[in-house]
Amino acid sequence: MIDTKDSIMSLDGVSRRFTSRANDAVLALDNVSLDIRRNQFITLVGPSGCGKSTLLKIISGIIPPTAGSIEFDGSRLLKPSRQIGMVFQRPVLLPWRSVVENILFPIEMLGWNVAEYREEVKRLIQLVGLGGFENALPNELSGGMQQRVSICRALVYDPKMLMMDEPFGALDAMTREDLSVELLRIWTERKKTVIFVTHSIPEAVLLADRVVIMSARPGRILMDLPVNLPRPRSLETERLAEFQDLVHTIREAIYGERKVKQ
Amino acid sequence: MIRNLTEYTQTAIGPILLLGIWEAMCRLFDVPAWLLPSPSKILIEGYEILPILPAHLMATLFAVLGGFALSIAVGIPLAIMITYSPVLRRVIYPMILALQSVPKVAIAPILLLWVGYGLKSGIVVAATVAFFPVVISTAAGLESIDRELLELTRSLDSSSLKVFLKVRLPWAMPHIFSGLKVAITLAVIGAIVAEFIGADKGLGYLILTNSGALKTSVVFFVLLILSLLGIALFYAVEAIERAVCPWYMSDTTKAETL
Repeated sequence: MIDTKDSIMSLDGVSRRFTSRANDAVLALDNVSLDIRRNQFITLVGPSGCGKSTLLKIISGIIPPTAGSIEFDGSRLLKPSRQIGMVFQRPVLLPWRSVVENILFPIEMLGWNVAEYREEVKRLIQLVGLGGFENALPNELSGGMQQRVSICRALVYDPKMLMMDEPFGALDAMTREDLSVELLRIWTERKKTVIFVTHSIPEAVLLADRVVIMSARPGRILMDLPVNLPRPRSLETERLAEFQDLVHTIREAIYGERKVKQ
Repeated sequence: MIRNLTEYTQTAIGPILLLGIWEAMCRLFDVPAWLLPSPSKILIEGYEILPILPAHLMATLFAVLGGFALSIAVGIPLAIMITYSPVLRRVIYPMILALQSVPKVAIAPILLLWVGYGLKSGIVVAATVAFFPVVISTAAGLESIDRELLELTRSLDSSSLKVFLKVRLPWAMPHIFSGLKVAITLAVIGAIVAEFIGADKGLGYLILTNSGALKTSVVFFVLLILSLLGIALFYAVEAIERAVCPWYMSDTTKAETL
């Protein structure tokens, strides 16, 4: 088993029930237990409506589970924590703020000294390759560039964990590949525990130390697959036989289950 | 630039043509001036009232601006209360709706009875007409806030005041301004209504007295001034919007050029 000291978050029997409009109880998540190690990159895949986003919201402390508990960094997680940074599918930047001001937004909200973070913002902008766009407004940037800004915004206050809810889902295929590789580079430089939800199986394998596969509703953990592909990885990694095998295994797990259900 | 010039010319063709036909018809059929004065007659007789015009114009302008300011002072806090408290929403919203469905012209005499004659009543009537779009658009703007952005601020332990000032209010600004642009034109109507009912100054008063005296060309001239006032005020609000939320304006101008 995993050394408990090394664990940053553990979910114990987490379930979530919703009441639908017709007053029926819908079980979105069923008895999910998960132990997440520090600085691990975990990707979460599964068919639409499998409760990935619900799980992510619970892990972020935005909604409480109806059963089970979550331990985060030594204490029970009951509300959103500053130690958990968030990147969403859309960049959700503040349209009136420049790139620099958008990245500084969390610092202002936390009431920290903005001046002390200007250097860090500069470093982050270089890290994601947005040099020269410091004073641009969001509507002057492409979708991929906006998403880079939102990644910087999540990194600037140095949370221990990063929740990424299909962050590249709204981008075109090429930008998407580009950004996944870049995310890996950023992650190598700024080690963090990452939980990354995606619909793309190859993307899930390329990024992860560990792919967690969820079943269709009610969401359960179908498979917890370690990915031991060598790092640093690039798009070339996708040509490895092991990579293809992993992708195949995951597809089998997801589609195989669907066939059984039909 | 050249393209702009052609566009302006195209826009101007309609009114010029219309005025030409109007003038021609009046002369051709010898229409009496008290019924429909020709454009040239309107300008000539309008020129004669120019000396007394500024005092009346200022009276109306004060009523409009006062009413507009009052509608903002009342409307925006109301919208904030509606957004933040479900209870207040249930209490206030139906009352605002009820007030809105009462024709303002009909309650203006009562308002006059309460606040008195002159500028004060102009301000109050203008405000009652103008405040509805202010409330509705401000509330809509505050509610349009991105859910995920709110989740982010929650994870950052931000106080609601900070979230309001740094996120929700600026986010709502474009909505608020679209309400303000409607409100300023309504405020003009409100001020005129009040002047119709009880005033001894203002453009509305000029219209009322001159139409009573069958000086129709003066009435038309005042109407012209009144429309110019409305247009000027509208663009003034838009200029403020441009200054307050340039990010939004640049967005729309971009969309227009595409």
